[in-house]
Amino acid sequence: MRYVAVDSSALRIAPLDTLSAIYHRASGITHIVDSPVPELLAALAQPRTVDELLAHLSAEYDVPDADSAALAERLAELEGAGLVMRA
Amino acid sequence: MRHVHRLQIGPASFRIGSDWAAPIAQVADLYRDYPAPADDVCDYTVRLFAARPWRRWLRPAITLGGDFTLPEAVPMPLAWGVLAAEMAMNLQLALGERRYLLLHASAVERDGRALLMTGLSGAGKSTLAALLATRGWRLMGDEFALLDPATGRVHAFPRLVSLKNESVGVMQAAVPGARFGPLLGGTPKGDLRHLVPDADAIARMAEPAAPALVLYPRYGFADAERMVPPGEGFVRLTQASTNYTALGERGFDALTALVRSVPGIAIDYPDTDAALGAVERLWAAL
Repeated sequence: MRYVAVDSSALRIAPLDTLSAIYHRASGITHIVDSPVPELLAALAQPRTVDELLAHLSAEYDVPDADSAALAERLAELEGAGLVMRA
Repeated sequence: MRHVHRLQIGPASFRIGSDWAAPIAQVADLYRDYPAPADDVCDYTVRLFAARPWRRWLRPAITLGGDFTLPEAVPMPLAWGVLAAEMAMNLQLALGERRYLLLHASAVERDGRALLMTGLSGAGKSTLAALLATRGWRLMGDEFALLDPATGRVHAFPRLVSLKNESVGVMQAAVPGARFGPLLGGTPKGDLRHLVPDADAIARMAEPAAPALVLYPRYGFADAERMVPPGEGFVRLTQASTNYTALGERGFDALTALVRSVPGIAIDYPDTDAALGAVERLWAAL
């Protein structure tokens, strides 16, 4: 199964400090998120499986605890929030 | 409505109607130095009415009305007419405003820059704003700061200052020559008395100001200060806004721009002198 972020034109992402505020235009809901959510959304500009995503994040960032089960949980949360879809 | 008064407060105009003469007479007197709206169409209509016709005379009780109502609002004694009018005006603005992002904050201005103070009821934001207005600051409002998404500037809403409990005595001592409304005892927020803003606040109420500092005061704690990072400030100010959701993306842009460009500081203070000293020191350090 592959995941993809909603089109970037559907979101406003405002980095604040360690937190970012994301405005989801379709729902009008504001999400306050911590790292690595903005990084996940950027990586999912193109569809990726959980394993592909994990490999990408490990290559791009320092990921000390690479765990595909935990990543799948984060993706399920983002899917529930409407920020990520199944491709 | 048998009795009506119309007035302008900052960018908002109100038409206040009542079944009774007394609350309107009190409101008209306390707001006598405020201009009338420029045209006949007011932004907000406020109604103070008797829930049943006989309640105009028999144990008269004021029910609040207007375009927006709260279903659980309890009727108030007629003697609390000014409080009823103030609450009804706040309610219409809080729920109906769409031009500006409303922040539940007091605001004062100096040299064209605004200081916002936000906090829970009892944090001291009204008292601090009223005291600063006696020390060279312009009072912009004790209840709402109106943030313009188009410009990032704050517009004044200098309604009557709502003083509660010990603040009543503090302000009577600080500005003995000021005009006050009737002392209302035993309200849900304790003893309450309204203070008429000074002439400068009223004369310059159409002048917006660029926000320069957001304070998060808490009264009754030992002196302490800490920076409020933008993320925390954003969360606290969305909670302090009555119409953030209604403004949609404009509200998001306005608030993220505010917390990214304007520093936020939480201050705990044991007494008003300590708070006033902290405000002046923090302002000078900007």
